[in-house]
Amino acid sequence: MKYMLLLARSDEEWEALSDEQRDYPAIARWFGELAQRGVLMGGAELQPARTATTVVWESGKPLLTDGPFVEAKETIGGFGIVDVPDLDAAIEIAKTWPATGHKVEIRPIVPVD
Amino acid sequence: MKSGAAKDVTGASVEAVLTSVVRDEAGRLTAALVRLLGDFALAEDLVQDAVVTALEHWPVDGLPTDPTAWLLATARRRAIDHWRRQRNYDEKLALLVRDGPSPEHADEVDDRLRLIFTCCHPALSREAQLALTLRAVIGLTTREIARGFLMTETAIAQRIVRAKRKIVEAGIPYRVPDPDRLTERLNEVLGVVYLVFNEGYLATVGASPDRRDLADDAEWLARLIVRLLPDQPEAAGLLALIRLHRARWATRFDSRGQVVLLRDQDRALWDREAIARASALVLQALRTARPGPYQVQAAIAACHAEAPSWQQTDWRQILLLYDQLLRFTPTAVVRLNRAIALAEGVGPAEAVVEVNSLEPALSGYHLFHATRGELLRRLGRPQEARLADERALELTTNPGERLLLEERLAGST
Repeated sequence: MKYMLLLARSDEEWEALSDEQRDYPAIARWFGELAQRGVLMGGAELQPARTATTVVWESGKPLLTDGPFVEAKETIGGFGIVDVPDLDAAIEIAKTWPATGHKVEIRPIVPVD
Repeated sequence: MKSGAAKDVTGASVEAVLTSVVRDEAGRLTAALVRLLGDFALAEDLVQDAVVTALEHWPVDGLPTDPTAWLLATARRRAIDHWRRQRNYDEKLALLVRDGPSPEHADEVDDRLRLIFTCCHPALSREAQLALTLRAVIGLTTREIARGFLMTETAIAQRIVRAKRKIVEAGIPYRVPDPDRLTERLNEVLGVVYLVFNEGYLATVGASPDRRDLADDAEWLARLIVRLLPDQPEAAGLLALIRLHRARWATRFDSRGQVVLLRDQDRALWDREAIARASALVLQALRTARPGPYQVQAAIAACHAEAPSWQQTDWRQILLLYDQLLRFTPTAVVRLNRAIALAEGVGPAEAVVEVNSLEPALSGYHLFHATRGELLRRLGRPQEARLADERALELTTNPGERLLLEERLAGST
């Protein structure tokens, strides 16, 4: 099954960290190991939510708004997609996410036949 | 509870036989069907239908000679109805006819464990684990679960449907956890069993004599887990704990339904034989040198159960056990219970200092105030004691505890 791991954190807190505290080498190793195991389908870090543009429809007409679709303290700062046998395997991977101050939401991806 | 049904002995005993048969067979059947069909949600539905049908027919038609075969035949008929609407009907039907589960199936242990661990998967909420376990593992009907927890059938049914959907859609595996995760996952299972027991032991909501005896279900489930996982001392610890509590079942309430505190219970009415057996079970578990919170709680309960009186209780030993328990579960509630032992082993003045320090964490917990009230009364501070008891009375929802507090307050004027 495929799962998207949504890497959630507070943009504000994340941006306040030093490069050393963010420890990108550990994050790179994490993605690298998953890739090597052949379970990584993709993944990326996202720019902070303040850079977001959201398209909304009003009376069928697309309008642009500046910002994310929902204002929240915690936002999605990145994601990884893994293909593993079951939820337990996805949980094990999520538990090893190395970056500080995060939550990892595990969302199963709807299979396409 | 049971005495109220005395005039209907026949009806009650048929019900008791039904309960035990369904408990023994439904979970086994569900577990086997999941293996055969590879579809948890469907297997669970089929057996639930069969159980509901059984509960309608058996009291009228009498118990079938082979209840498992009867349930299987009924579940199979439901499966056929279901598959008639599907393409690969013949294929699936052949599977069910050829390999109908038999009670002697060698895979039974694994089947049952898989079912239990899936129902108690940590990705499910505690409420979902509870409802699913009661239905799929113990074979309770949705109606019985709803009655047990004083909720509507619709609410319980929705909870079960949501849980089953999550199992399928999120890919929760149907298997026994790997050995390195087994202990951790077993704790999740034992947590569910303990919750069922506590709900039966001291109902937090409502007073209703016709509620199902969930404590009995919890003991049955704990015994099943011990049988399936004999080398897990925490499972044995929980079973012993449940049995020790049940051994003094009869003395916990007086004839008016008022709670009788441990110190005032009539120890002559305790089931000495059950206490001895459960204490032996705790000792046996503790000898594996893999202690855990249930074993320690059982050891504390055994200390109390074996003491000839409240005064002759080995408080030093109980305090040591509470210190050990705090290492596993460093919660304010455990510290409150330890403070009660401290009052006996050391003195109420020391205990009240400890209890007062728990106020920030426990100010909304009725037993915090009731304990504090009792200690203050012993220290000769009746006004403060009264305020504490009044607060406890405001907070408790249990009718038996209300009566006790009301009596205390009436006596203190």
